[in-house]
Amino acid sequence: MIEKLGILADAAKYDASCASSGTTKRNSSGGKGIGSTEGMGICHAYAPDGRCISLLKILLTNHCVFDCHYCINRKSSNVRRARFTPQEVVDLTLSFYRRNYIEGLFLSSGIVKSSNHTMEQLVEVARMLREEHDFRGYIHLKTIPEADPELVHQAGLYADRVSINVELPTDAGLVRLAPDKSARQIEGAMGKVKSDIVEAKDAKKRFQHAPRFAPAGQSTQMIVGADAASDADIVGKASRLYDSFGLRRVYYSAFSPIPDASAVLPLKRPPLIREHRLYQSDWLMRFYGYKPAEVMQATEADGNLPLDIDPKLAWALKFRERFPVDVNRAPKEALLRVPGLGVRAVQRILASRRHRTMRLDDVAKLTVSIAKVRPFIVAADWRPVLLTDRADLRALLAPRQEQLELFAA
Amino acid sequence: MSAPFRDMRLAHTFNVTLPESDDFDFWRERARALVQCEVPPDRIAWVEPGSSGDLFSHGDRRLPVPPADAPPVRASKAFVQLAKSAICHSEPERFALLYRLLWRLQTNPRLLEDGADPDVRRLDELARTVRRDIHKMRAFVRFRLVEGEAHGEEHYVAWFEPEHHILRANAGFFTRRFANMKWSILTPRGSLHWDGQVLEEGPPADRSDAPAGDAAEDLWRKYYASIFNPARLKIGAMLKEMPRKYWKNMPEAALIPELVAGAQARESQMVAAGTLDMGERPETLAAIDKAIHACRMCPIGLLDNNAVMGEGPRDAALMIVGEQPGDQEDESGRPFVGPAGQLLDRHLERAGIDRRSAYVTNAVKHFKFVQRGKRRLHQSPTAKEIDICRWWMEGELAIVQPKLVLAMGASAARGMLGKTVSISKARGAPMPLEDGSELWVTAHPSYLLRLDGPAREEQARLFDADLAAVKERLEELAG
Ligand code: SF4
Repeated sequence: MIEKLGILADAAKYDASCASSGTTKRNSSGGKGIGSTEGMGICHAYAPDGRCISLLKILLTNHCVFDCHYCINRKSSNVRRARFTPQEVVDLTLSFYRRNYIEGLFLSSGIVKSSNHTMEQLVEVARMLREEHDFRGYIHLKTIPEADPELVHQAGLYADRVSINVELPTDAGLVRLAPDKSARQIEGAMGKVKSDIVEAKDAKKRFQHAPRFAPAGQSTQMIVGADAASDADIVGKASRLYDSFGLRRVYYSAFSPIPDASAVLPLKRPPLIREHRLYQSDWLMRFYGYKPAEVMQATEADGNLPLDIDPKLAWALKFRERFPVDVNRAPKEALLRVPGLGVRAVQRILASRRHRTMRLDDVAKLTVSIAKVRPFIVAADWRPVLLTDRADLRALLAPRQEQLELFAA
Repeated sequence: MSAPFRDMRLAHTFNVTLPESDDFDFWRERARALVQCEVPPDRIAWVEPGSSGDLFSHGDRRLPVPPADAPPVRASKAFVQLAKSAICHSEPERFALLYRLLWRLQTNPRLLEDGADPDVRRLDELARTVRRDIHKMRAFVRFRLVEGEAHGEEHYVAWFEPEHHILRANAGFFTRRFANMKWSILTPRGSLHWDGQVLEEGPPADRSDAPAGDAAEDLWRKYYASIFNPARLKIGAMLKEMPRKYWKNMPEAALIPELVAGAQARESQMVAAGTLDMGERPETLAAIDKAIHACRMCPIGLLDNNAVMGEGPRDAALMIVGEQPGDQEDESGRPFVGPAGQLLDRHLERAGIDRRSAYVTNAVKHFKFVQRGKRRLHQSPTAKEIDICRWWMEGELAIVQPKLVLAMGASAARGMLGKTVSISKARGAPMPLEDGSELWVTAHPSYLLRLDGPAREEQARLFDADLAAVKERLEELAG
C-alpha cells in the first residue's frame, strides 16, 4: 500500500491545481459521515516546493494507453506502475480526512483499458465516498474528455469541481505532443460541463432539491514551455477558455523535466518565473480589470512577458502617458493600474482619502513598498515630474536579479 | 452631567480584571458602561486573568454606574467584528487599544475607515494575526487515533500549541467538520472534548497527555514526500506559510530537511535520466568533458553557458583548483584565461612553477552569472552547487591522481573537502587527503584583484609565500 501511494502520488505531482475553495457551504452535523466546506479551502501543509497540500492528490493508476510526450505516465515511459482499487482510494481519503490532514480528494488517472472504463472507476470512488460514507468534504475529479458524456455528467453530480486539461496552449502543440488527444474533443467536453453547470444552477433556482452539479465549477491546466507557444498565445488561449466555458481557473504548469523524457521535448526547463508571470497576468484580468488584449500589450517583441519585472509594471512602462495617477482624486480603476498597489491597498486608499488628504507618507503606510509606487502617483506633497520620462525607470524598478526564483533554494 | 460626578471621575482610576482572556462579552459590557461614564482611556487598567495588573494597582475595582440618561454607545459593525478577533490576541495591550478605539468612535463614528490611523492599523494587525492563528490551527491540527476500551470505539486526540487565545473561537469549526467523531484537542491553554453530541472545555494539558503516534502517519509521510516536485524547490515559500514553530506537532515536518537535501538528487535523476547515466563516472577526461556539457544537475547548468573542462597533463603532480569559469573562460572554453588567470600566471612564474606542468581546473564546471544588460555578472556558486559538481572534479582527481592539490579560494576548498573552511586558518600547511595525496589551500587570485594599496600588497605576499611552500613541497615529493 505504502509503495503504491508513493508511486501514484509522485505521478500526480505535475498537477498544478490543489485548490479546494469556492464550493457550497456544508458540514457533517446531522449526517452520518464526516466533512465540511466553509467557502475557503484550507492548506493543511506545504511541500518543499512551496505549494500547498490541501487535497489528497493521487492517480487511480499511472498505467496509460496514451503516449503524450510531455507526460511521465505515457505508454512508452518506463516508470514503475501501480494501481489502486476504488475501495483503497476511499479508505485512504477517509483515513487522512479524519486525522485532519486534508480537505478532500483530487483524483485523476492514466487511461486504462478504455476512456469509459477509467472514467467509471473515477466516478465510482466519488460515489462511494458520497453515498456509502456520507463524505461531505471536497472532491475534485479530473475527467477524461474522451469518455462518454453521461459519465462526465455523473462525475459532476458527486464532485465539487471537475477539470478537463487542455494540456497545451496551441492546437499544433497538441497534435505534435499529444497524438492521442483531440482539441475538438477536449473543448467539446468542456462545453458540455459548462452547460450542465448552467442547467443545474437554473434548476436549483426553481426546485430546492434539484441535484447540485460541480458547485465549485470547472478548471483546466495548460503546460507551459513544452512547445513554442508564446505568453501572448497562452494568455489569448486562457481568456478564450474563460469566456467560452466559464472556467473558474486556468492553471499553468511549467513543463518539468521528466524522467525518460521524449526526445521531442526541449532539454531545458523553462524558468519557473515564467509560470509566475502568467499567473500574475491571470490576476490582472481577474481582479484588476485588464482586458486580455492589454495583457498582451505588456509582452515584448517575442510575444513573451518580461521575466525581470511583473506584467503590471511592464504595462505601465509602456503606457507612461496614463501616469501619474492622483491618489486623492483618481477613480478606482485608475488606481488599480498603479504598479505596486494591490486590490487591498486601493480599497484602503479609497476609504482613507475620505478622511484626509493623502500625502506620500499616508500612502506608504498602506502599501508594501512605496518605492515602486512613487513614480506613478501624485499625492498632496508629491509629484514625480520627471520619473515617468526617465529612460532608466525600468532598471530602477526591476527587482535585483538575485531574487530569481530559480535559485531560491 | 453634574459637576460633582465629573470631579469624581477625574480623581479615579479603574481596574478591570477579565474572567477569561478572550471574553469579548465581558469586555464589551464593561467598556460600554465606562464610556457612558465618560472615563477616558488613560484612567483604566485592563487586567488579564492571572496577571497582577500592577499598572494602577490602586485602581478602583468597583466600576461607576452610568447615569440613566447616558447616551447609547456607538460602535460600527466593522469594529465589533475586528474587536472579537483582536481580543483573542495574546498582546496584553489589546483591551486598552479596543477601549481607546471605542472611545474615539463616539466622536468619530467613521474612524475605522481611516487606514492610516495608528490605532486602526494596530487593530487591523491584531485581528489579522488572530485570524491567521485560527486558520493555522484548522490546518495544522493533527489527530491521532486512540482505540478505546470497548472494541471499535475510536477517539481522536490532537496536541496543538496556538499562539493566541483561539481555542474557543475555533471549536465550532471542528465540531462542524468532525461531527460524528469523538475527538479532543489538547493545548497548553486549555482543551476541548467532543463526544459526538456535547462539547466540553477542559483544563490546560501537557504534550505527554496526547498520543505519540498514529498508524496512518507513515502513509501520510509517504504522501508528503512524494507529492512535491523536487525540480521546483521553494523553501522560502514553504516557510512563509508553514513557519517552523508549527513543525514540531506535524508528523510530516520531520521529513523536510531530508527532502530538501534529497531534492537536488531527485531532480538530477529526473533531468539526467535518459541523457546521462549517472551510475557510472566517465573514465576518461574526454568523457568527463563531454558529460559536463550535458550536465544539468544543478541550476547553473540551465543558464546560457558552456561547460569548461580542466586542462593540463593527464599525469600532472600538481592540480590547481579554482572556483568556476568566468565570462572569458566560458567564451573560450578554457580555464583561467581571464584577468584572474593572468594574475595567477605571473605569480606561478615568480614561484618557479610551470603552469603547463600542472592540471588546472575548477570546482564548478559551469559559469554562474546574472545578466545585466549586455554584461554577465559573476555569481558565487552555493555550497550545494559546489557539492553537486564535485562529482566531476572527483572524476578528474581519480584520473590525474596528483600528488598535491592546490585549492584556491573557499569554493575550491569546499569542492575538495565537502565542508567550508577558513582560508586564513587553513593556508600554509598541508591537509592529508584520502587517496594519500595532500591538499594545500590559498586565496583565489580574483580576491587579489579586488583589493588595492597595502591590502593588496599584503595578500600578494601571502599568496607568493603559499606558492613558494607548494613549490618546495612538490620538490620534496618528487625527490
Ligand atoms: S555547474 Fe556542475 S553540477 Fe551544475 S550543471 Fe554545471 S557541471 Fe553540472
